[in-house]
Amino acid sequence: MDILAKERKVRELEGKIAELDNEELVKKLEVEIKRYKEETMTNLTAWDRVLLARHQLRPTSLEFINYMCDDFIELHGDRLFRDDKSIIAGIGNIRGNVVTIIAQQKGKSLEENLERNFSMPHPEGYRKALRLMKQAEKFKRPIITLIDTPGAYPGLGAEERGQGEAIARNLFEMSALTVPVIAVIIGEGGSGGALALGVANTVLMLENSIYSILSPEGYATILWKDATLASEAAEAMKLTSNDLEEYGVIDRIIKEPLGGAHFNKEETFRNTKQAILEELHNLKRFTGIELREKRIKKYRGFGFFQRFNYDNLKGVK
Amino acid sequence: MNDLIKAFENRKSSKNKFKIQRKISKASSVKTDVPKGLYEQCPNCKETVNVKATIENNFICKSCNEHFRVRAVDRIKITVDLGTFVEKGHGYITLNPLFQDGYEEKIIAYKEKTNLDEAYIYGYCEINGMPTVIGVMDSYFLMGSMGSVVGEKVTKSFEYALYKKLPIIIFTASGGARMQEGIFSLMQMAKTSAAAWKIAEQKQLYITVLTNPTTGGVTASFATLGDIILAEPNALIGFAGPRVIEQTINQKLPEGFQKSEFLEKKGFVDKVVHRDDMKDTLGKLLLFHRRYQ
Ligand SMILES: [Zn+2]
Repeated sequence: MDILAKERKVRELEGKIAELDNEELVKKLEVEIKRYKEETMTNLTAWDRVLLARHQLRPTSLEFINYMCDDFIELHGDRLFRDDKSIIAGIGNIRGNVVTIIAQQKGKSLEENLERNFSMPHPEGYRKALRLMKQAEKFKRPIITLIDTPGAYPGLGAEERGQGEAIARNLFEMSALTVPVIAVIIGEGGSGGALALGVANTVLMLENSIYSILSPEGYATILWKDATLASEAAEAMKLTSNDLEEYGVIDRIIKEPLGGAHFNKEETFRNTKQAILEELHNLKRFTGIELREKRIKKYRGFGFFQRFNYDNLKGVK
Repeated sequence: MNDLIKAFENRKSSKNKFKIQRKISKASSVKTDVPKGLYEQCPNCKETVNVKATIENNFICKSCNEHFRVRAVDRIKITVDLGTFVEKGHGYITLNPLFQDGYEEKIIAYKEKTNLDEAYIYGYCEINGMPTVIGVMDSYFLMGSMGSVVGEKVTKSFEYALYKKLPIIIFTASGGARMQEGIFSLMQMAKTSAAAWKIAEQKQLYITVLTNPTTGGVTASFATLGDIILAEPNALIGFAGPRVIEQTINQKLPEGFQKSEFLEKKGFVDKVVHRDDMKDTLGKLLLFHRRYQ
């Protein structure tokens, strides 16, 4: 039984509570729900987390921004082509810290998703992000990015306008920024399209988010020629927050309520805000150049390989 | 984390039994696009061509001008001054970060088949008498995909250029990410882009030459970050693969989409250069950027 089936069962029980007017019975059921959640929703599989990361009710970037910021002004456009609505960017105030926020936005409905292009940015989205990151650097504002995308959009216009170049340029420029950069993966961290906002001093990740080179479905298709093996692929790919923290790819996991972020959004937002404030504070003691050097050094270190010393190998001249 | 490190340490020691070839010039058994034999049909135009003449013609079909994919070794042969290439930074092997079954065996097999260290080699060379660092990807090595080792070696080649205060030229040819290495493959994009930034910071020349095919994570990192971006004719260059795009938009791609000439027209490639002219073009560019003391 995957996490969605368990959630359906919880919802069913909750529905029963709504129908009851016997207080004692309600209490009993509530205890039972709590027990059921604790029993079944604590040890999630990688595939469970994939399902949660893509959950229809999972909070989107805008909800995070609305909760975390006392004030937020959205800024539009890349000054070159158009405004890409799959990326929301602007200046906000998080408990007295003025920051630039750049976030990938999923829709809640089909209509919204069409407007947001399912949170799959075009090059102009990445160029808007870069424009506002450079602006943040100019005015010495820290940068917070919220990552939630299946990937950069693979389409005619996106290719024509240089999707690859746009992503590369962001990686290039982000690695050298002289202000604190904090990336938070709040849902799906899909491939280069996620990394293009993810070169950060500190990478945070919500407990049930995923971060990977491609979708488990894609992975199963390419390596095993069978898309139905997606749940096995999710396991093999090491895309969960626990795995990635172990590998050092992310720095900190943000706790989610039992059953996923959507079961208690307020708690999710509170935890996220707290983590961001703490990390902002941690990064304050570094100068701009130190921040840049630390960032570049961190990414310089990624990779698992070994180098041979040939002179020590016999028979090789 | 400690367990992990221990696991990798164990792997390291078990690796030592594999013999790795050092000489890259030795003939390899890899099957290339150029047909084998005396007279064969060109896979592109179906004309019967003289194989030896084709190879001598820089691996270009004389009848249809198709630029066949060349191995890294051959690329170096046709690009640099005779005898000037010195390979640097060889001897890497991936430690299979995701513990994928059969991945290491595959890498070893490719190493033996191609006589290459990995899908990327680099070193010192001279082009028309001017010293430079050159790096070449080999698309016959697991589609030139970028894993830990390719990312590390690309970064190393930038660092070598920094250290030697030389320009750097990289020939790209890659299907994108090394899926078997998962998130580590993704991280190489950030790593190599940061290395390219360091070269730019020192105002050292960086030229990329995009060859067939350059797609995915390589396009979205160091390949498109050159001060000057050249491309070979009719090479496939893009971020998403043509099939992925066709599936997404549910229609056939227009003729010539994602080809070098298309990218030049759209402003993402400085110049499409015929393989016969590549060496001289690079030589001229190096000359234009020579630093006078
Ligand atoms: Zn031909």
